[in-house]
Amino acid sequence: MDAHIQVKNLNVYYSKQQALKNINIEIPKNQITVIMGPSGCGKTTLLKTFNRFLELTGGTQLTGEVLVDGQNIYDRDVDVTEVRKVVGLLAQRPSPLPMSIYDNVVYGMNIHRMKKDRKEYKAAVRHYLEIAGLWDEVHKRLHDPATSLSIGQQQRLCLARGLAVEPEIILGDEPTSALDPISSQNIESRLIELKKQYTTVIVTHTLRQAKRLADYVIYMYLGEVIEAGSAREVFNDPQHERTRAYLEGQI
Amino acid sequence: MTQQNQSVNYETITKPEGRHARPSGAAHRRRLDQNVRRTFLVVTLLPILLISIVTISLIVRSWPILSAYPLKDLFLGTIWRPDKGLFGFYPYIVATFWVTAVGVLLATPPCILVSIYLSEYAHLLTRTIAKPILDLLAAIPPVVYGVWGLVAIVPFVDKVLAPFSERWLSSVSIFKVNQPTGFGILAAGIVLAVMIAPLIISVMYEIFSTVPNDLRHASLAVGATQWQTIRTVVLPQVAPGIIAALVLGASRALGETIAVLIVVGNVPKVPTSIFDAAYPLPALIANNYGDMMSIPLYDSALLSAALVLLIVILIFNILSMLVIQRMLRRKWAS
Repeated sequence: MDAHIQVKNLNVYYSKQQALKNINIEIPKNQITVIMGPSGCGKTTLLKTFNRFLELTGGTQLTGEVLVDGQNIYDRDVDVTEVRKVVGLLAQRPSPLPMSIYDNVVYGMNIHRMKKDRKEYKAAVRHYLEIAGLWDEVHKRLHDPATSLSIGQQQRLCLARGLAVEPEIILGDEPTSALDPISSQNIESRLIELKKQYTTVIVTHTLRQAKRLADYVIYMYLGEVIEAGSAREVFNDPQHERTRAYLEGQI
Repeated sequence: MTQQNQSVNYETITKPEGRHARPSGAAHRRRLDQNVRRTFLVVTLLPILLISIVTISLIVRSWPILSAYPLKDLFLGTIWRPDKGLFGFYPYIVATFWVTAVGVLLATPPCILVSIYLSEYAHLLTRTIAKPILDLLAAIPPVVYGVWGLVAIVPFVDKVLAPFSERWLSSVSIFKVNQPTGFGILAAGIVLAVMIAPLIISVMYEIFSTVPNDLRHASLAVGATQWQTIRTVVLPQVAPGIIAALVLGASRALGETIAVLIVVGNVPKVPTSIFDAAYPLPALIANNYGDMMSIPLYDSALLSAALVLLIVILIFNILSMLVIQRMLRRKWAS
């Protein structure tokens, strides 16, 4: 397997409580990996270690390594903003910045000074809004406030904003849980289209979504990885009793 | 929901044939409950009543002078000679404005920086230690600040700031040193800045906490630094609240009396430089009310000064509170 993210001996503690226990997994490149498991099992915590968002929560401790392209992102000399540029995040609730649609897409590119002039920015905004499937709906009102969009549109805008800084990895923390079914489907089909170019890691608590999206599956329970493998293997022939119980809806 | 439950309970209690009826104590308990509620209501309304009474009695008591002189002569007149019937408030009004402006201007940059640090950067531990200490600053009695100003700030202005200004800034008229004592607007402004800082910081801190973390995270997630996030996302959101906090601080500064009158020099002349001595309205009232009351209209003049002060402070307070309350409500709503 061509691993894009490698997790080695990862332990995470919230003050005294251990949230992740000795995690060792690999996330395959240019596929959709779905992390699933019952609530409180540590899926979101694991996801947050991939873009170093965990340290935004006070009182957390982490041991072990998370390697992205072979580089441990917790090394002392690693610039956290570079990590987050490479590892993008689609949050649970759409969070448009309080500015126009256009400025939302430009935001990250501007921060990293990725384009030379207005023309380049304009072209990039169009490009990423098209990728996110939002261009047709908003191209006539790019300078309206982003909050004027519907929730589903806002989430696609957030996707465009994240893609605009040219990440290699997209993390999704239950990215459709706040959306209606049609908007969810829209986001799902975007993610499937994008997986040729991006490594995608999605946390979800809906089994059906996991089955629709996953190429690779990680099943977690109480802070431990119980089973990890290709979607076909795990869904059809789970090796572990716990996974089987979860897939059959017993947990 | 709870309202409904309560009313259902009342019914079962008052109905004598109800299954849960307690005929002996129930009616009495209900009456007592109502009386307690009414008492609390009256006590809560008392402050509103007090403000109204104070305002109305100030208007009544200052009416004699307000009707005897045109407002222009009172508020733009520059000569204060009550014994000759001249009541010009202008020097006092200008002094009040200067002292307040210098105080707020000096307090603004450190207050913004401290509140940004506490709300955005500081660890939980730093925050839990620093906040109470800041609140303690607000608990120091004004007279102590005044004495501190007298023994520390006045000499500092006299020995350090005035010579510095004379050397480098003497061409700018508002920095000109016309009287070399150290007492004056700058000393009062410095003391005021320190006095109002805790209030401003604690309001600003609250305002910063109204920005949802989702927004900060959205910015950090694309690789923005914390400062970029603060500058481009947080500050634009809190700008109205920051201004409101400063206006609230200004209203506190406007009314501050004892600490100011100890260091401001109390010279009833229209100031032209921050090194000039001046005589703000609260100091005028505090120094003179009760003396020389035999002079006609003197008492009324001082109370009209108090009225002006009260109205300005009330307006400042109400405006800033409206903005702050609105922002806090937004936080609770989200």
